[in-house]
Amino acid sequence: MKLADNMLVAASPANKPSGLSRRSLLAGAFAGGFMFAFQLPVRAANEPTQPPDTTEGKFAPNAFIRIDTTGKTTLVMPQVEMGQGIYTAIAMILAEELDADYAQITLEHAPPSDKLYGNPIFIIQATGGSTSVRAFWKPLRNAGATARAMLVQAAAEQWQVEPASCTASNGQVMHTASGRKLSYGELCDAAGKLTPPKEVALKDPKDFSVIGKPLKRFDTPDKVNGKTIYGIDAMVPGMAFATLAQCPVFGGKLAKVDDRAAKKIPGVRQIVVLDDLVAVVGDHMWAAKSGLEALDITWDEGPNAKISSKDIWAHLRTASETDGVIAKSVGDIAKGLATGERIDASYEMPFLAHATMEPLNCTVHFKGDSCEVWTGTQIMSRVQSEAAKAAGLPIDKVTVNQHMIGGGFGRRLEPDMVVAAVRIAKQVNGPVKVVWTREEDIQHDIYRPVYRDNISATLSNGKVVGFKYKIAGSAVIARWLPPAFQKGIDIDAIDSAADQPYDFPHFQCEYVRVEPPAVPTGFWRGVGPNNNVFAIESFMDELARKAGKDPVVFRRELLGKAPRMLAALNLAAEKANWGQPLPARVGRGVSIQPTFDTSIATVVEAEVDSQGEIRLRQVNVAVDTGIAVNPDTIVAQIEGGIVFGLTAALYGDITIEKGRVQQSNFHDYRMLRIDQMPKINVHLIKSGEAPGGIGECGVIGGPPALRNAIYAATGVALRRMPIDRDAIAERKKS
Amino acid sequence: MTPAARRILGSVIVIGVVAAAGAALYVRGPGPMAFSGGPKVALADYKGPNPTGVPANMANASLIERGEYLARAADCMVCHTAPGGKEYAGGFAFKLPFGTLYSTNITPDKETGIGNYTDQQFLDAVRSGKRHDGARLYPAMPYTSYTYMTDADTLAVKAYLFSLAPVRAAPPENTLAFPFNQRWAMTFWSALFNPDTRFEPDRSQSPEWNRGAYLVEALAHCGECHTPRNLGFALDNRKKFAGALTAGWRAFNITSDKTTGLGSWSDDDVVSYLSIGHAKGHGTASGPMGEAVDHSFSKMAPTDIKAMVAFLRTVPAVPSPDLPAKLAPPAPPSHRDGMTANALGKTVFQGACVSCHGWTGESALSPMATLTGAWAVNDPGATNVAQIVISGTKRHTPQGALSMPAFGKSHSDMEIAAVANYVTARFGSKGSQITASDVADLRKQTEQ
Amino acid sequence: MANLNINGEQKSFDAPDDMPLLWVLRDILGMTGTKFGCGVALCGACTVHIDGKAVRSCLLPVSAVSGRAITTIEGVGTTPVGAKVQKAWLDLEVIQCGYCQSGQIMSAAALLASTPTPDDSDIDAAMAGNICRCGTYVRVREAIKHAASERQT
Ligand code: FES
Ligand code: FES
Repeated sequence: MKLADNMLVAASPANKPSGLSRRSLLAGAFAGGFMFAFQLPVRAANEPTQPPDTTEGKFAPNAFIRIDTTGKTTLVMPQVEMGQGIYTAIAMILAEELDADYAQITLEHAPPSDKLYGNPIFIIQATGGSTSVRAFWKPLRNAGATARAMLVQAAAEQWQVEPASCTASNGQVMHTASGRKLSYGELCDAAGKLTPPKEVALKDPKDFSVIGKPLKRFDTPDKVNGKTIYGIDAMVPGMAFATLAQCPVFGGKLAKVDDRAAKKIPGVRQIVVLDDLVAVVGDHMWAAKSGLEALDITWDEGPNAKISSKDIWAHLRTASETDGVIAKSVGDIAKGLATGERIDASYEMPFLAHATMEPLNCTVHFKGDSCEVWTGTQIMSRVQSEAAKAAGLPIDKVTVNQHMIGGGFGRRLEPDMVVAAVRIAKQVNGPVKVVWTREEDIQHDIYRPVYRDNISATLSNGKVVGFKYKIAGSAVIARWLPPAFQKGIDIDAIDSAADQPYDFPHFQCEYVRVEPPAVPTGFWRGVGPNNNVFAIESFMDELARKAGKDPVVFRRELLGKAPRMLAALNLAAEKANWGQPLPARVGRGVSIQPTFDTSIATVVEAEVDSQGEIRLRQVNVAVDTGIAVNPDTIVAQIEGGIVFGLTAALYGDITIEKGRVQQSNFHDYRMLRIDQMPKINVHLIKSGEAPGGIGECGVIGGPPALRNAIYAATGVALRRMPIDRDAIAERKKS
Repeated sequence: MTPAARRILGSVIVIGVVAAAGAALYVRGPGPMAFSGGPKVALADYKGPNPTGVPANMANASLIERGEYLARAADCMVCHTAPGGKEYAGGFAFKLPFGTLYSTNITPDKETGIGNYTDQQFLDAVRSGKRHDGARLYPAMPYTSYTYMTDADTLAVKAYLFSLAPVRAAPPENTLAFPFNQRWAMTFWSALFNPDTRFEPDRSQSPEWNRGAYLVEALAHCGECHTPRNLGFALDNRKKFAGALTAGWRAFNITSDKTTGLGSWSDDDVVSYLSIGHAKGHGTASGPMGEAVDHSFSKMAPTDIKAMVAFLRTVPAVPSPDLPAKLAPPAPPSHRDGMTANALGKTVFQGACVSCHGWTGESALSPMATLTGAWAVNDPGATNVAQIVISGTKRHTPQGALSMPAFGKSHSDMEIAAVANYVTARFGSKGSQITASDVADLRKQTEQ
Repeated sequence: MANLNINGEQKSFDAPDDMPLLWVLRDILGMTGTKFGCGVALCGACTVHIDGKAVRSCLLPVSAVSGRAITTIEGVGTTPVGAKVQKAWLDLEVIQCGYCQSGQIMSAAALLASTPTPDDSDIDAAMAGNICRCGTYVRVREAIKHAASERQT
């Protein structure tokens, strides 16, 4: 199986990544004297004359599958690859039902089209929310099975036999009795003339030949030799390079700019001045960057110039005390909270930046009556329509070329970088690649919201009677997908709060929408459940301690109605040697999470030294995600998610002063590094249930489990992220 | 009170006053140029080439251009500009143990700046520490150095400042605690410690030396950081240029001491250090010295730099006993060799530092990032190493901007102490043993 | 006109002396395998080899590398160590988004070239400067050990 040339990943036997040396598309010097690698990745596929979804001369029973007369099978990827391994998983699902020949498969990015490639969960064409496999599981299996049925029927008709007497495998249909064979390529003309059947039988999962096997990823061979083309690598003949500065204060405008010094820098071609940003266009990024530094910009900082984190928190804390909209109610919460001993706590989560390793970027060629865009995005169709708006063109005049993504994490669910790049490109003659510096990327993110959660519960005889959980924070959904925001409830903010795995007799979940002044907020890997699970699982440990129970035992007793979660908890506890003695100031902490239709239990073991420095010792995660399409990818996603989540727990904190973000690069927006890594053991639980989500999940459980490990090690009940190391030092600093 | 008692009291008072005066004189000590020993004459009586004003190649420069040169040489901008603020508009914070002082706006804005200053008021402020309303300036303003400037030079600076665009910006209120908020008390301090005299050349020295003396003492005010202070918080010229801790950074010994001063540096080394903030094998200027290089020394005429060096070389040697006699050679190339204890320090170093500074301390990226040979890493107090980790540095070199990011916000006091101790042990001759609370103190002094 | 020896080939081009090698590679020579992540030597995405040593190209002025052997991710596969590392990376399926991996592989190859059988502390010392936002660290470590254990081919 291979990815289309446009992705520069190509054929090799599916399970053996051998293709290290591959023909290079590096070529040619251009008249200008520059050597360009004109690897025009997605462009090749998106040439107007040959769009990727062309069906001409091909058997194309649906939007996902194209088979030509040579047997070449093109699978069109409705979801984008940003490291989560989805291209491989989608191809596996399609190919499983299609019984395709892996050696003949090519993968292609889907063009923008909500109609053909819309995510069944979001309706629009978006990759996020751990929905890819969950949402496309059925449609893709149907697509594969439909195509297969038509190919089988075409063969059966040719042989004048019953379709049921034929089998398909490896890109061929075979008549079992006679041993006759026809390849998919030979059948594609005839199959193309058939009407697709309304209903097709799907394979019994026990007959799966690829799904469930750890398959090597198709996108990785070209990621070890630098050939993969990310958005930031797009090269268009004659292009210029630009970088930009936006007003450091949210919502501010440009007052004036003195560009005399910048214009003197060799290689600087043009200064683009818009009402809220300045971009320097040059022969290369170095000229653009140097030019930008040489600009003397005066900003009109506007009304937000005084806002600071302190104000934002005061605002949120006040608002969180108001009554919320009830999102879920079980039993009688008033009665529940009136029975037994009552405990109250509030938990707070900071703003976070995405800091994808690939900084924001977008290449645009604005040609007056049309516009072409090269970027890596989680929202193809929205990027197209937003680019059209910014360009002042009809949608069909805008071509969007998708690329591999060097980290999405929700940041590329936003079109702002494309809009800015189009606005800049409108002032530039010829194509221009706009690359954000890391500083610009961090200071102009769309941040994970701050949240404050208030929880109250009562205990009677060591059992929870009432449990009231109120979430206060941004409604990202209301901005991002307005139709999904109904009755004042943000379904993301309460995603892992409303439906509890715990059997609480009296339960209520409330939501208060509070938008932080000035700071834009959006989805961040793990999304709403990051906050929900942190608050609930931290609180559960505080309740367990109050009840005098072991945290695992305490949870176990409440999981009677959630057998999959219970099994995960038991497995994680067992693998983590839960209950075995530990040295002083070392603790184990547990968390469970019912997230994205996947049940996960996480145990973190950590040491806190006398100064409050933390050493992560090991992490055990038990995962029941239903059918594991590509088990190794699932393990990898959990491993990576743990790092992502623990990084945030230890260091993640975007703070605002004078209306601007104070962090700017990895020195002050800090990342976990390899030498701080704990051992991570991921234990997959076999299951025949429909697949759950996985990409977000790994991020969620680490922070509460670490917090609970610190609670166990030091007795300090942290209620804010990131971890305050002063608070857990043995002798607190005054 | 009986007459006898009165007499006794009277004599005690007299003795006390005499003792106080003696003590005060003792505390005041010699003037900054006393060491040269030669006969000093009033400028008007000096026969040699004029040691004041601008360098010869600017003989035809306008008043404003001369003022600009002198304002650079006096480095007015750095202290009168808040981080991220408009140049000369004030608001830079001086963190003192008893509160915070903010520099003033010296743009010609009439309300918030110095737009209404007359020439005399300007001279009084710069050289006598007297504000236009008669109030006393705190000696964060180095008027005890500027006092040596000539009228012409001072007024040229004024002309330059008045040529700038006025900026309306009032600095924040000072937050000094009692009794330090009593400005009148500065009258006494001034009387005692501000000589309030103009520069007097030394006839026994060369014209170059005298030019250097004027630049170093009147304008560049090197002593303000490099000379230790006495009991009265004034410069103790008995230990002229022997190094001191100022505002959270260590200014090293720049006397001619062979082991711990500049005695073993070549003239070219010193010239290079002043001109670009770096001399091969001697490390790189950062913190306040880096700023002085970027905004002041690097803009000065090469002849002036040479003159300053000629003067510096004659400053008597005073050793810094806490500094090692020998600087450490490059560290071993493998992380395994050399410093081994201090796991936390190593963790921080290998994640955040080694990419630039290398395991040997010799940077593969830029000579400016080389640690080997720098006093900072050989200082067993580790002040500057810790401070640069906290605050970072941004230098504007002829080769473009060069910076080290500030790690202070994302790293704990403990981690910064650990990495400072690791770095001084690995790259210096004697490792430091600073603690988290030392780091906390350093942070407080440089926070803006 | 600058002249560089990159992956064994001579390349000539015009560039300012202070231009970091990273941008020369990416924007002038079109060799986009070397990545931009931070621009200030904090992340390792831009790592190349200069005379076999791992160096951050984002702060390395092009004038400092003339006459020295530069190896990038596009060429490291032709060295025995580089090929071993790439193979180990695929065998253990280290990569997620892959954006940091050019740098990871370059750092790992330089490590193995100087330390054929690194222990954990060697790996920490060589790799802690390479950030992976996808969190592939566990596998990076395993893959380095795996590559070290494979016989030289
Ligand atoms: S881009 Fe060079 S280290 Fe990050
Ligand atoms: S694999 Fe994505 S950043 Fe490392």
